[in-house]
Formats: sequence, structure tokens, C-alpha cells
Amino acid sequence: MESTLKNYKDKLPIKLLDEIRENTPKGVSSSRVKKIADAVLEEFSSSQVEPGESVGIVSAESLGEPGTQMTLNTFHFAGVAEMNVTMGLPRIIEILDGRKKIATPMMEIYLKSPYNKGKDIKKIAESIKESELKEFIIEVDINIAEINIDVKLNTAKLKEAGIKDQEIIKVVEKLSKNCTAKINDSSLLIKLKGKDQNINELYKIKEKIKSIYISGIKGVSQVLPVRREDEFIIITAGTNLKDILELEFVDDKKTVSNDIYEIESVLGIEAARQAMINEIFKVIETQGLNIDIRHIMLVSDVICNLGKIKGITRYGIVSEKPSVLARASFETPIRHLINASMIGEVDELNSVIENVMLNQPIPVGTGIMKLYSK
Amino acid sequence: MEENLPIYKKVKAISFGKISPKLIRKMASVKIVTPELYDREGYPVDGGLMDIRMGVIDPGLKCKTCGSKLKECIGHFGYVELARPVIHISYAKLILDILRKICRDCGVVLGEKLKPEEDAKEKKVDVLDAKKASARAPKTGVKCQSCNAKQFKIIIEKPTSYFEDGKRLSPIEVRTRLERLRDDDLPKLGLNPKVFRPEWTVLTLLAIPPVTIRPSITLESGERSEDDLTHKLGDIVRINQRLFENINAGAPEIIIEDLWDLLQYHVTTFFDNAVPQLPPARHRSGQPLKTITERIKSKEGRIRHNLAGKRTNFSARTVISPDSMLDLNEVGIPKQVAMKLTVPERATKWNMDFLKKFIEKGPKEYPGANYVVRPDGRKKKISDETKEQLLEELQPGYIVERHIMDGDISIFNRQPSLHRMSMMCHKIRVLPGLTFRLNPAVCAPYNADFDGDEMNLHIPQSEEARAEAEILMMVHTQLISPRYGLSIIGCNMDAISGNYILTKHMSIPKEEAVQLLASIGVDDFKRLPDKETVTGKEVFSVILPEDFSFTGKTREGNPVKIEKGKIKEGFMDKANLGEGHGLMLRNIHKNYGAKEALDILGKIFRLGIRTLQINGLTAALSDTDLTQKGKESVEKILADAKEVVNKLIDDYHNHKLDAFPGRSVEETLELKILETLNKARNNAGKIVQETVDKSKHTSIIIDSGAKGNVISMAQMAAIVGQQALRGKRMEKGYEDRTLSCFEKNDLSPKARGFVENSFKKGLTPYEFFFMSQTGRDSLMDTALRTPKSGYLYRRLANSMQDLKVAYDKTVRDASEKIVQFKYGGDGIDVSKSEGGIVNVKKIIESTR
Repeated sequence: MESTLKNYKDKLPIKLLDEIRENTPKGVSSSRVKKIADAVLEEFSSSQVEPGESVGIVSAESLGEPGTQMTLNTFHFAGVAEMNVTMGLPRIIEILDGRKKIATPMMEIYLKSPYNKGKDIKKIAESIKESELKEFIIEVDINIAEINIDVKLNTAKLKEAGIKDQEIIKVVEKLSKNCTAKINDSSLLIKLKGKDQNINELYKIKEKIKSIYISGIKGVSQVLPVRREDEFIIITAGTNLKDILELEFVDDKKTVSNDIYEIESVLGIEAARQAMINEIFKVIETQGLNIDIRHIMLVSDVICNLGKIKGITRYGIVSEKPSVLARASFETPIRHLINASMIGEVDELNSVIENVMLNQPIPVGTGIMKLYSK
Repeated sequence: MEENLPIYKKVKAISFGKISPKLIRKMASVKIVTPELYDREGYPVDGGLMDIRMGVIDPGLKCKTCGSKLKECIGHFGYVELARPVIHISYAKLILDILRKICRDCGVVLGEKLKPEEDAKEKKVDVLDAKKASARAPKTGVKCQSCNAKQFKIIIEKPTSYFEDGKRLSPIEVRTRLERLRDDDLPKLGLNPKVFRPEWTVLTLLAIPPVTIRPSITLESGERSEDDLTHKLGDIVRINQRLFENINAGAPEIIIEDLWDLLQYHVTTFFDNAVPQLPPARHRSGQPLKTITERIKSKEGRIRHNLAGKRTNFSARTVISPDSMLDLNEVGIPKQVAMKLTVPERATKWNMDFLKKFIEKGPKEYPGANYVVRPDGRKKKISDETKEQLLEELQPGYIVERHIMDGDISIFNRQPSLHRMSMMCHKIRVLPGLTFRLNPAVCAPYNADFDGDEMNLHIPQSEEARAEAEILMMVHTQLISPRYGLSIIGCNMDAISGNYILTKHMSIPKEEAVQLLASIGVDDFKRLPDKETVTGKEVFSVILPEDFSFTGKTREGNPVKIEKGKIKEGFMDKANLGEGHGLMLRNIHKNYGAKEALDILGKIFRLGIRTLQINGLTAALSDTDLTQKGKESVEKILADAKEVVNKLIDDYHNHKLDAFPGRSVEETLELKILETLNKARNNAGKIVQETVDKSKHTSIIIDSGAKGNVISMAQMAAIVGQQALRGKRMEKGYEDRTLSCFEKNDLSPKARGFVENSFKKGLTPYEFFFMSQTGRDSLMDTALRTPKSGYLYRRLANSMQDLKVAYDKTVRDASEKIVQFKYGGDGIDVSKSEGGIVNVKKIIESTR
């Protein structure tokens, strides 16, 4: 079989060859294999695109037309309150716009082998969660007479999270230049240094104490361990891919974020492109719509084509178009025309819209042919 | 005018630049000196804004510049000499940038290290980013590197006043500074000296647009109403004259300044009447003037309305109605339309007699002709008077615009044209009646129905256009959606239920079968078995190709087997005939080609409808009757569910309910209630499905997949179910309750939107209100979504329209930049494949 298939190496994509290998019954004659491969090749070549096909507009239509059928709703995660995911049309718009701040950033963290079996999964999840001191505080008292603050700590919780006293003291002392902290059993005592003992200063510290960051990964505001097939993963609200990937128990090959920009900065543009394809596809799928992956790929390629994410907005891709009239026909025409006048831009009339404006044949489809005569 | 001529001139490129004052003077045909428009006789004043040297807008007058008449003269510019220079508003920001960047004394670009040549090359023309460089405004105290002059801070007081160190810079001063800039330094500021000089942005001359772009309209009363631009220009010229007079009379500086500012205001609003800091110039009625910027901008502006969007002749629009006896690629048009729309046909030796017949009939008789076009391009209307003469005159080379007839090519369209299947090519069929007729099977791609929809029809006028329409846009070329690679055209509604009944239940006398087949356009009955009565399967099989074999499944998963063009097993339903899925149709399409598939589809469609006309199909009220047993079990399910819910509520009040992890007790209760009630509804649905009579027509409609589903049946027969708003039970309305007829904090199902009645039984008032609430919510959702998705679509289309597959199979954009090396990674065209994949398994099976 291999020897027969060798002849088709350049003619068929690897994926199809693999499929032939997989699905052909064992021990068939080589003439049968050849017959199969020929049939596949015929099917493959008869379904190739034709030159001139305006694939861009077809993809735009394929994504734009079902837009009216999508819902606007966000989707709530069962289990944890306050954790929902933007889905449907708003999410698609968000991705295609190339927004830097997305509405609901989240990650799916996969774990390496011993950790993904479910043992201690809660503890692992909690250790990732960004926590502030207030979660470990029971009570805060200001003692005006002695000018100090007495903070009652929840020692059980601290122990569970594995936070040492020393760490707390360190972060608390960072708050103000002239304060010292001490821990006795379950109480944290904060005093002011020096003679200049000011009550106002104390109040300021008291306010700040609650929102001190002490443990976990910054940006991860919620965690939710979930069983997926036969392993446990952690879903988070809020992302910080860079720090997460550095953790030793995280499977860095499978862990994903839904923030395309973040992926771009951590893993590069190719990863961002793939992430974009996956994210759009996910939305389309959950909406019960059917759009071929090729259209999504093309859109993502257009967005990532310049090596960085350029959204489908007047500031993104459209501003990169070489033609003045094409830009002007989209949005803010005056600005484009004025700027063009300053630098004496020349519109070569290569794209569709300018030729429509001038009543000339457009350079896609049957318009890409040129006839020369002498 | 002459549509068959080749394009003899083509625009290769358009370059942009700013018109210099010199050029304004050169291209102007008149200097405007007076704000008056017409003299007492109503004749345009010389040197006024309507001077006929700038073109004519009155019939009968001749342009003094080019001598042409109305519509022939495209108009000529004029100019006004401004008494004092004014700032061009669109360049105000640029002027500020430049002022800040150059030396106030010598005009050298500040902060430049002295190797100008390299920099100039680097920053040349296309790398412009004036904004980026402008960020750093020189602070007071910086000294010029070449003349050592002290620089001051320059600020702009929007829109057009500049201040240096607290003192105002007059436009004259601004202009002289800009003049000092050398051409060599311009590229450093992102300017191209070949087409742009900074001082041109401070206007000394104002070009007056030709009258032809600002025509006045004559009202019924004989009064003239001038265009907005003319009004604005009148203001400019008037103030300008006053300013001149005051300067010449040596008026005090303060008056001149005031007039100067006023002139600046008028010139600014002439260019842009929506400058944030200025009050817009208004008509006497208070409505803002539409000046140059407003003319270009936005959806109704020149660019999007007139340049990117065009209007067309040879088109028609009317209401649509269905006619399944038409082929799928036909469109029925009323005679009235056929007599207005024409096809140009060139007379040759061979078709002279043919064309003469049309001319003889003239425009009032069908099929006739409306116009004859002579070879020199002159168009002659055919009328009773001209008929004889034209008949004699007709010779090869003439073009006759004859009425459209059966078989002519047309393009049919329904808005919104969201995808390419919204415009397809149909062949004309002239029919009695006043509506466009189309086969209901093509409703799906157009997304049309017949509740009053209107559609548009276009007649291509050139041979080239007709050929393209026929080859690329014909209905049968569009059977498969490029979105997901499955058929988008298939049977729907009656066609599905009809074939379902025919192939599942029916057997009819052979005579009737022949009748049936003849009525759908089959005339070969050889394949009908020679029996007294034939089954529906046998009748259906006659339509299929003789060597067609197919195995598939019905909607419910029962096998369907077709061998040698005969149904051996199973029956037809939506899975094999319908839109989207239509697996059997898809197979026919693949094996026998698009045209054949379309033809067979048309026949199948008609067969279904004919069957129903024989058999009848009625959705009766009694179809949804439940048996006594069924009724009882539904009631029991309901009662059980209510009990469970009541217990949950009691538990909650007694604090016995345990919360789900991460949820509050209230949320847990809600979730549990919702789950219980939904389960009850589903169980009731199951009961309905089990007990309802399958031979009843409503069931047939649902089972065949023609319309509706089991849930809608259950809602009619047993119970409507919980109404949900944003994924929760109803909870808002009055204080602590949904409606005022309930007690406060009532958590019971009925107080929170559970509709326990069926549609047939009827809803209680509060149930009705809850249903209206969810109904309105979904209406809102639709209304809010449409514009959003429309905008997304526009952006997508705009940024991707230039992408095409090049001859080397790469995907490239307008400037031939590669976007993908191979379309989709493998070069497969979705609309030519099955769901975008090459199905290897199937191929292996078929090569057996």
C-alpha cells in the first residue's frame, strides 16, 4: 500500500493520505489501493477552488448572514455565581474587533498527569486564585488610645492556603514607610514607627489592608475545578497566561486563555490566529450554526496577516488598505481624503470598491483576466 | 449609451493633492465679485455666483465658457479673492503641528540634527505619520539650532485661532511662517512638496464650485430656491466685499478684525458645517445647511450613496406569490412588466424578419418592442407614427429593444441581500396576473415567504452580462451553500409531507398514478409497474434516475434503500428531501449533475403537492386530543411536580434546604424548582408523543419534518411549560411579586411563570401575561441584534472584499499580498465539496 500511495504524495494532502491508510481495509490488493487513491484524487481535484474566486466576500457573507440568527445572551456557568461567559454575537464582535479588553476573560487550565486525577484539585485551584488579605480577616480594630491596628486573622484559612506569617508581615509593611507589623497567634498588630503618630495615617492603612494582594496568580478572580472526560481541569475567570504557564503542575501544551491579545503576547501571532479560529468556531458551534472552518480561517488570517492583531474596524485592517478610496468608502472619508492630499497619495485602483465607483470591471472573479492585443 | 462597445478608456490611477492658488486662478473661468445672483429679469449676474460662465442649469441658455447646453456642459470653476487669508478648517491640526515644529524666524525644522539628506529619504512620502511626530511640542525657551532664535509655546484655540505665548497669530502671520518652510524640509513633516505646500492651507483664494454641482430649483410658485452651497458662498462673498470696502476705507482695526473672523466662520462652515466649537450655519427655517463635508460623509453622502452604490434601469419590483408548477429556475412575471422591460437585440441579415415582427406590434401589444437604436447611438421610440418609417429603415447594425419573452435571462433578488444566493438568475415566464411567481422551493435561499414580500427583477442588457448570469448565477449553480457545503435548496412544507404520505401510506389505481405523474410533467410511464393498483413508492420511483442507488436513513433512523431507481425500503421525509440535509437530493446532485438534480427536485416537489391535492391534509383541532388515559397521566405528572416543588419551598422556609456549592440557598431553590418543572414538561411531552394518534395529519406534518416539532405538539395538547426570562423563572414586576394578583414572596410555580394549561385548553390571564413577557423579550432581542450584526457584516465585507484566489492558488489581497498560501489550507472550495471535506470512507466504499 505504501508504495502505491507514494505516487500520490505530492498530489494529495497528508491528511487525506492518512485517512486512506486508516480506512482502507487491511490486506487489499495494490490495484484496489490505486483505485481508491485515484478516486480520492479525482474528488479532491474536482473540488478545488478556481482562480479568481472571490473567497473574501464569500467568507464575509458566510459569517455575516448567520449573524442575524445568533442570540445576544451571555451564558452562565453552573456552579459558581458571578462567572459567566460572553457568547453569541457580542463575543464574535469582540473577537473580530480585536479588542484589547474582553468582557469575560477566562482560562481553561489543564494539569499534568499526577495532578489531573482529581486529588487535591480544590486545593490546587484555590492556590491559583488571586486572594487579598480581606479574605483571611475576621475583624479589624483601630485602637485609638495606643494608636495601632489590631487585625484578627482566620488562621485556619491561612493554613489551608499555605500562607506564612512572614509573608503577611512583609506585604503589610510595604504599605507604609513608617509602620511595623507583628503577629501573635491569630492577631496581626500594626504599629506606627517614630514619633510622628498620626491617626489619619492609621485610617489610610486600615483601608488599604483589605485589598493587599497576598497569594495566587494576579488576575485570576474565580476558579472552578471541572471534570472533563477523564481528567480534571480548572476553569478560571480572569486570565494571566504567562504566570500560569510557569507553574510546574500546569500542562502548558493544552492550557488556553480566551484572550486573543494575551495569547499573542505570550505565545505569538500564530498561536493567536489558531486561538481566534478556535474561539470563533466555539461560538458558532454553541449557537447551533454551521459555518465551514475555512471561512473562519480566512478571517483570522486577514486579522493576523500583518504580524499583529488588526481588528476589523476603521482603526484596524481598513486603515491598512493601500487605496485611498477604499478607506474613504468605509468610515471617516474626509480624514482619509485630507491626509491623501498632504502626501499626494496615488490610488492605483487595484481593489473592488474604487472600480465600482468608476464603473469599471472589478479585479475579482471573471474580472481578473486581462486580454492583451497588439 | 452604446452598450456593446468595448471599454475604450480606463482609469489607471487617481492621485490626490491640494489645489494651489495658482491653479485655482488658472482653472477658474470667472472671478466672483458680487453676492448678487440674478438681475431683475431673472438673468444670472456677471461676476455673481450663478454666472453662466460657470456652467448652465437653465434650459435654453448656453455656457459662456464652453458653449454647450444644459447637461452637456459639466461646469467650470470660479474663484473669489479673499480680502484677508483664512485658515482651511480641515488642515487646522496640520498647521498647528507645523507651527510647533518649525522655527518662528527662519522656518527650519526644529531639533533636526544636521544630516537632512538621509532623513528626507527615509521619511519620504508614503511613510507619513504627521501625528506621531507632532506629539512633542517645543517648550518655551527652546532655541533654533540654525538661527538661535528663541521659540515660544504655540497653542490652538479651536477651531482656527493660534496663540503664541499668549499673543494671537493672525492667519497672515501663520501663512508667512509656513511660506518659510523649504521644499526639502517638507518630507520630514510627512508632506509631499510635489502636490502640497503648507501655505496653501491658509486660503487667499477660494475656488467656487461650478453651478452644476449646486443647481437651484424652481418652485411651483416660480420662485427660485438656491442650493445650500450657493447660500453659503453668498455669505462668503458678501462678507468678503464688506471686508474689502472697510479695509479700503481705512476702518478701525477692531471692525476689520470682526469682519475677518466672520469671514473665517463662513469659510469654515462652507467646508464643514459640523465643527464642534462653532454654531452650525442654518437656513431661515432653522435647519442646518448641508455643506461640502456633509455632502461627502455618511451613508447618504456622495461616497456611499452615489459612488459605491448605484441605481439601475431595466428592473422591476412587485409582490411575490408561489407557483410550484414553475421550474425552480424560472420566474413568472406579469405581462405589464414584460412590456416595460426590454432586451436589446442587434439586427443582422438573418434575424431581420424576426425583429420586424416586434416593431410591427409596437410598444402596446405583446410581444412588441419599445425602441430602435440607430448605429450612431440615436434612440427612436416606436409609436404608431414612427412604426412604418422604422420598419423601412431597419437594417443590420440597428438595435431593437424588444419586450422580454419566455426564456430570457433575468436576475432575481430579495433584500436583504445577505449572501450570493440572494441574487440568482432565473429564466423568464410571462404569466397572467400582477405578481412575480416563483417556485416555493427557492424560498429558502432568498429567505422569502408570501405574506406580502416584494422582490426585484433585473434584465441584463449585454451579451457578456447574460452569459455571466447564466453560467455563474443560474439557480442550479447555487444549489450548494458556500457557507457549509450542503444543499440550501430542497423540498419544504407540503412537498415533504406529501411525499411522506405518498411513499409511506398510499397506494392508488394505476390510472390515477398516470394522471398524477402526467400532471407533474412526467410523460414516460414505462417504469410504472403493470398492476391494477400501484404503491406510492412505485410512483415516486418513476421520477428517480433509472440507475440510481442510495442507502440512507429517515429522520427517525429507519433505513432507506433505493436500488436501480426504485425505493426498496423506507419512505421519504425531510432527511432526504429537505433543505440543508436533503441527503438523497445531494446524492443525485453529485452523480447526475446540478441541472438534473434541479429538474428532479422540481418534479418531486410537484409530486408532493399533487399528492396532497388528492389525499388532502388538514390539521384538525381534534388531532391534538389526548386519550382519557393520556389526560390522566399528564395530570398526574403535573400534580406530582407541584407536590415536589411545594416540598422544596417548605424546606426552604424551614431552612432545611442545602445549598449547592458556590450558590446561595435561594439560587439552589430556583435551580431545583426549574429542574423539576422542566422535567414535568418533558415527561408530559413524552406522554403526548406516545398517546397521540400517528395517523392524524398534525402528526404527519410533524413526523415528516414539514413543519413543527414534538414540543409544539405537546404545548397544544398537554402543557405549555415554564416561561423563562434570562434563564430564570419570572421574578420582576411588582414589589416582591410578579403580578398584583399573587401574594408577596410567592414562590409557587404558577406565580413565577409556569403555564400549566395547554394552548388548546386556554391560558389563564396571568399565564397569558407571562407569555407576553417572554414574547416581548425575544422581540427586543431581535430588534437589538439586527443592526449590530448588520454593522459587523458591513465591516467584514468591506475589509475582505478584495481577497481572491490568484492563478497560483494563493489567496491574495488587492495589492497582491499573500494572505493564505492555499485557500483553507487545502484549496477545497466549500461549495464544490460535501460539507467542506473529501469523504474518504465513502469513496472507499464506493470503489468496492
